Formats: sequence, structure tokens, C-alpha cells
Amino acid sequence: MAEPILELVEVSASYGKIKALKEISLKVYPGEIVAMIGANGAGKSTTLMAICGIVPVQAGTIVYAGTPITTISAERLPVMGLCQVPEGRRIFPRLSVKENLILGGFYRTDKSAIDADIERVFSYFPVLKERLNQQGGTLSGGEQQILAIGRALMSRPKLLLLDEPSLGLAPMIVQKIFDIISEINTQEGVTILLVEQNANLALQASSRGYVLETGAVTMADTADALLANPKIRAAYLGE
Amino acid sequence: MEVFIQQCINALTLGGLYALIALGYTMVYGVIQLINFAHGEFFAAGGYIGVLLLGVMTAMGLMESAPWMCLGVSLLLTMLYCAFLAMGVERIAYKPLRKQTRLAALISALGMSIFLSNGMMLARGPLDQPYPLEYSSGGFEFGLITINNLQIVIWVLTAVLLVALNLLVFRSRIGMAMRAVAQDKVMSALVAINTNRIIALTFAIGAGLAAAAGIMVGLYYGSVRYDMGFVPGIKAFAAAVLGGIGNITGAMIGGLIIGAVEVFGAAYISGEYKDVFAFIILIAVLYFKPTGIMGENIDDTRV
Repeated sequence: MAEPILELVEVSASYGKIKALKEISLKVYPGEIVAMIGANGAGKSTTLMAICGIVPVQAGTIVYAGTPITTISAERLPVMGLCQVPEGRRIFPRLSVKENLILGGFYRTDKSAIDADIERVFSYFPVLKERLNQQGGTLSGGEQQILAIGRALMSRPKLLLLDEPSLGLAPMIVQKIFDIISEINTQEGVTILLVEQNANLALQASSRGYVLETGAVTMADTADALLANPKIRAAYLGE
Repeated sequence: MEVFIQQCINALTLGGLYALIALGYTMVYGVIQLINFAHGEFFAAGGYIGVLLLGVMTAMGLMESAPWMCLGVSLLLTMLYCAFLAMGVERIAYKPLRKQTRLAALISALGMSIFLSNGMMLARGPLDQPYPLEYSSGGFEFGLITINNLQIVIWVLTAVLLVALNLLVFRSRIGMAMRAVAQDKVMSALVAINTNRIIALTFAIGAGLAAAAGIMVGLYYGSVRYDMGFVPGIKAFAAAVLGGIGNITGAMIGGLIIGAVEVFGAAYISGEYKDVFAFIILIAVLYFKPTGIMGENIDDTRV
């Protein structure tokens, strides 16, 4: 297999005295969709925030596209093609939809290419075009999730970290969001690391998966094997 | 009637100056939720650097031939100086405390205020520093009403700065980043905004506006003193709170209202109590409507 686009080697992080991540190791290869599943508080979001340089890493290394990024400051990572759609979507509530999209590509200065990319995002998500001048905070949950993904695409990511894209959304909309995620992966060639509590959905969309429990990786396998594993079925798939 | 119109003219002048100072409080509060109590000192430093530069230009003999150009150059250099001063203050006194409690930064701000005003006293002495008088002569008279040239300069300059600020904040890329940082710093970093730089820039812009007000106050009242930042600083803070702290449009409106209340209070109630009216408003706003006129939770103009 090719070199991984993202590799975590024994990464640890803490919130004060609480150890949130204990020597997490994982690999993501170019073109993959990889799922990270686990219960509330298992450290999934913290892992993504550590990758993005928001939560400081205490030990271990993170390598992205051959470059160690453990100590690189957060705002430089999107420029390198590493981008996150965080938990709760974090749309800028008092900026317009258009401004949210432009900020997604904030580091870029090629005005015409930015405009073209906004049009491309509209082709994926026509609803955003209708809401262009509306404030982000006034959108519905599903629309905000779509805007958050669209905003991330504006930075032309190579690796997209998605945190709980299904959270709080109606089942029909969740299905649509996951269709879009697959489409971004196949059409745009974006590698995706997907964090989800909805393990069934996440594993079906992914090729491989990691299971996190209390800040540590307890299982790593292909998505099909995890879906068939009785322990996983009992713990995360509600059987 | 003439008295009333004359007071309106004075109120507009003073209110514009308060608005310029209030913007610095409100912008900084908008991005890092800190009341920068050293902000009044940027205003005073503006007055000080202005008088220094005008003095140098007088000594060089430039004042005779081109006084307005001298004023323009002094104004620009002073605003620039105070912008850098504010970035230095932010770096030294606030940035290291950003992850601590808000109270720590607030106390640091009070300390910085004392440090800066005493620094100015040590540098230039405790006495009034007189401004050149040639700008205040001349003007228009309509019966009993007079508008002097300086008031017109203050109006025009205030208007230009307020419009420029609005364009910067609401129409430019940098302004969009400032609004984003005010709303969500983590997400701002995730979209490649350098939040530290935006915070420093916010301090710089606020201090630049206050510095411009400092020069104009020096010209208008004829002199500056090392402790001149304190009372106008608190009045401008009252203006920012009145307008809704964190809200740019609110600070402009609040400044004009505080200016008007002070001028009319002094004219029709008591001149002795002119400093009291702004504080009565501050207390009343905090008591009855702490979110101010443009309460920050319901608006889209926060920075």
C-alpha cells in the first residue's frame, strides 16, 4: 500500500489532569474513508482536535502527507489540505452563508478560482444558493451541516476530518449527508476520517474502522469485519 | 434657540470624539471579551505624540508654510505609533493571560493603564503640554452661532474614520476574519485564520482611532496632560456599554448620546456636574438594560 496520508503514532493528550488520549495510533491511506467509532467521551473529537493542532499533543507524533505536524499551529493546516468539519458544525452564526463559504477558503487569494469553487459547492448543495445572504445561524440543522461541509470543501482539502455529521439530524437528511460524503470521496478524491456515534452508518460508508474506548484504540479492522464482529454488534450496533 | 443650536454643534463634536474612543473598547471586547482599561492611555498617548510631532515640525519651520499638511502627517504618524503601542501592550500584558480567567487580564489592564500614564508623566513631566493655536482660529458665524474651523475638521475626520472602519469591518476580507474570530476562535483557526494576528490588529485599529481623538482633543482644548486618558476613557467606556458592548454601530451611537448628554447637562442643568452625567447613564444602563441599545446577543454587527 502507498504511504499513509495521515499517521498518528502513540499520541497522548490531556485536559488538565484528565488523560483524554492514551497513546492513540492510527493510519489513514489516500483515497480511503476511515471510521472512528466509540461511545460518548471515548476521545474521538479530542483526537480530531489534536490532529488539527487545537488540543496540544503531550507525547507521540502526528505525520500528515510526510510532514510531522505535531507542533504546527492550527491555522497553517488547512493551507496544507488538512481540514475539519467539527462537532456541532460551528457555523459562524452571524455571518452570511456566502461569508461562511468564503472563510472556508480564507487562505486563498485566487478570486476567480474561489468564485468557481463556490459555484461547485452550489452544484453539490443547491439549497445553499437559495440561502446565500441569510445568516448562518438561521439555517436548519441539516442546512448547517451541509454548509459546514461546503465551507470545508472551499479550502480544497486532501484530507477531511468529519466529526459527527449525523448528530441531531432527521434520518432522511442523515442519509443524504452520507451520500454526499461518499460522493466527495469518489468524485473529488478527498480522503475522509469519519467520527461517528452512529457506528452502523459510519462503518457502511467506510473501508476500515477504529474503535475508541476511554481514550485508547481497542480495535482496528476492516469495516466489514467490524460490522460482523459480535462484540461490536453488541456494544455499538444495539444488538 | 441660538444657545440650543450652539450646544448641538458642541455635542456633535464631543460625541464624535467619544465615539472614536468607544470603538476601541467595544472592538477589543468583541474579540476577546476584555475591557481594556488601558485604552484611555492610547488616547492620551495620541495627544502626547501629536504635540511632540507638531513641536518638531514647528522647530523645522514647516508650520508656517503648510500647517494643515503638518497636522495630517502628525495625525497619521501618531495613529501608527499608537497602533504599534497597543500591539505591544497586547503582546506583553494580555496575550500571556489569554487562557487564564478574565479577571487576570482585567487586572493586567488596570496595571498597564497606570504604567502608561506614569510613563508619560516621567517622559514629559506632570504639566500641561500646550498645542499650537493656529488651527482653532477662523470659522463661520451665523448670528450668535459660531462653528470654528477645528470643529469642522473634527466632524470630517470623525466621519471619515467611522466610514472607513465600517468598510473595513463589513466589506473587507480582514473585517470578515475579525467578525469570525469574535464569534468562534477555534473555528476561525480551523479555517486558517491567524487569530493572534487578528486580535493584535483589533487592538491596533482601536488604538489608532483613539490616538486620532487624542490629537483632536489636544487641538480643541489647547493642551494635553499625562492623565488626560482617565476620565474620557471611562466616559467612552460608558458610551460603549450604552451602545451595547461588543457592537460597533452601538459604540458610535453611544458616543454621540454621551456627548450630547454631557453638553446639554452642562448647559441646562449644571456645568459643575458635567462629568457626572455620563456615569449616571452608565449606572442606569447597567441596572436596567445591561446589553445596551444594540444588545450583543441579537445583532450581526459585533466584532
